[in-house]
Amino acid sequence: MNFQFIKKMYYGDIPDEPGNGAAYQTKPDTAAWPLWEVFIRSKRGLDHKHAGSLKAADATMAIENARDVYTRRQEGVSIWVVESKYIHASNPDEAESFFDPAEDKVYRHPSFYELPDEVKHM
Amino acid sequence: MTTIHPLEINFQDKIDQEAKIEPKDWMPDAYRKTNLRQISQHAHSEVVGMLPEGNWITRAPSLKRKAILIAKVQDEAGHGLYLYCAAETLGQSREQMIDDLHSGKAKYSSIFNYPTLTWADMGAIGWLVDGAAILNQVMLCRTSYGPYARAMVRICKEESFHQRQGFETLLVLSKGTEEQKAMCQDAINRWWWPSLMMFGPKDSESTNSDQSMKWKIKRKSNDELRQNFVDMIAEQIKLLGMTLPDSHLKWNEQRGSYDFGEINWDEFWNVVKGNGPCNKERIDARRKAHEEGAWVREAALAYADKKNKIKTVSAA
Amino acid sequence: MQHINFILSLADSNLILSQRNAEWCGHGPVLEQDIAITNITLDLLGQARNFYQYAARLINETGNMPGHIATEDSLAYRRTEREFKNILLCELPKGDWAQTVLRQYFYSAFCKGLYFQLLQSQDQSLAAIAEKSLKEVNYHVRWSGEWVIRLGDGTAESKQRIKQALQFLWPYTGEMFMPADFENNNGIDLASIKKQWLLDVQTILEEATLQMPAEHIFMQSGGKSGTHTEHMGYILAEMQYLQRMYPDANW
Repeated sequence: MNFQFIKKMYYGDIPDEPGNGAAYQTKPDTAAWPLWEVFIRSKRGLDHKHAGSLKAADATMAIENARDVYTRRQEGVSIWVVESKYIHASNPDEAESFFDPAEDKVYRHPSFYELPDEVKHM
Repeated sequence: MTTIHPLEINFQDKIDQEAKIEPKDWMPDAYRKTNLRQISQHAHSEVVGMLPEGNWITRAPSLKRKAILIAKVQDEAGHGLYLYCAAETLGQSREQMIDDLHSGKAKYSSIFNYPTLTWADMGAIGWLVDGAAILNQVMLCRTSYGPYARAMVRICKEESFHQRQGFETLLVLSKGTEEQKAMCQDAINRWWWPSLMMFGPKDSESTNSDQSMKWKIKRKSNDELRQNFVDMIAEQIKLLGMTLPDSHLKWNEQRGSYDFGEINWDEFWNVVKGNGPCNKERIDARRKAHEEGAWVREAALAYADKKNKIKTVSAA
Repeated sequence: MQHINFILSLADSNLILSQRNAEWCGHGPVLEQDIAITNITLDLLGQARNFYQYAARLINETGNMPGHIATEDSLAYRRTEREFKNILLCELPKGDWAQTVLRQYFYSAFCKGLYFQLLQSQDQSLAAIAEKSLKEVNYHVRWSGEWVIRLGDGTAESKQRIKQALQFLWPYTGEMFMPADFENNNGIDLASIKKQWLLDVQTILEEATLQMPAEHIFMQSGGKSGTHTEHMGYILAEMQYLQRMYPDANW
């Protein structure tokens, strides 16, 4: 398959022209820090919500980095971090069998039940 | 005749229905590659973009301006970080991307290969360069790849102060001494054309079919965005009492837009190819920071390993 | 006047260290730490501004300089090397990451003790600035202390580097505790700050598997009285150049 057809460039998509003398030798990075997922509670009473990810050598540093990266504008009052490799996710290929069966169980929702107007607040 | 795989039909359906594509979803290889390329280029641009402005932090002319500039350059580091993380969800490590930047394989926005010569450049960059970037970024908040769109939403929230502070910096200069006014006009003269180049080649230059639009990675063409930008800036500059360095700039009643002159495409391609005034300095600076940081990253990792082992032993 | 000089010395130390740390912005060892050190840079700059603004207010109240209004910028940008009262420690080059984090630890651990005492100051405004700054300083102590430990107990190279930094910086730590003229009788007990500081440093160095240097070696001094290192002139030349070149301009 050739990818000629996406050669059209937009702003932010810079042509891959070979640069002048741009053939530097680089050393492979042997000290890559692991990736962490960051969850922030934006204010008391709310759940922690996924804010993004970052790199850190250990959990202490991950929390501090999260503080510096994701709460510079007072976005949080509490931080959770978990190393990304420990996150288990459902498989999108199985999304249909996972989530579609809930579709026809309308009786689970309160709006399914019609009550006389006299019954207020139920 | 090529047959289209059912997975691909399903994929395109999602996009047509404005559903976001998420990292674990099936996606065409070209979609993955295009996104990876674009997001990592965008990340590199943020990080390299710290250099021309960082250049003025120690010389900022007041403590307030110094604080604003530091916060702004720091934001750019954050934006680079969000974008590297978004790109990582497509299966390439940040280290590999950085390596590609340093080897010259990966590109970043050419605008950062121009030098910042006076304090007024801090204003011109905020107003023109960030102004151009914001047009693109607002559009990208709706891009089809979920992690990219989410990173852009966060970035746009933080970015809105950048353009405002740039304009305000110039506004103060434009009302200042004769020297400051001259400094202001000079910076606008130097940054105007490179800002227009940021939108990339003309639409007519490209004869290829337009997959990025179909996949909703992009939603507006280069020329559309460039025109939006010219129309916006041509009005705002009146408030500064300055002029744009283009004798062809003229309001076109019929189109309801400004006409403007031809970009120097020869310069555009040369800067892309690495012949810009600061291409070498920028990459050298990034490589130096990365190489001199290697021992720091190693030490932190070694220390974390030691602590982990102690924990494991005591838990056993 | 002594009181104003004391406030100016606090402002100057914070500004100059901020100026030094700012050199990392865009050049840090990894993006996350680039952002972290820059946060500290901004905190220090913010503290400097609070002290300068307060000093400016006091100067203007004395009315000693008719026709001249002191501002945070006039104090930061229009004083000479001999007038700056920052400690020498703050003006030393940023060096490598080891030198930067160790200096930060030495300085922040000192500020922690100093600001804590300032909370009790008769001068309510000063106490208020100290209170706000103390929250930031506590974090700086934590962040820099952790880095000192990581580097000390990290790799052979990092240990070597932090040892070098320790050897280089140690002779500049004594000045923090030598009272300048303006620190006599201002209610600050530098001796007790020093005692706690030495204990804190010892704890961190032990955890970093590093040797505590000898306490009673010859210590460099002079910053508080305006006798600086040769670095100072360059710092100010760079920092003040626009204000000096265009004295009539507003920015």
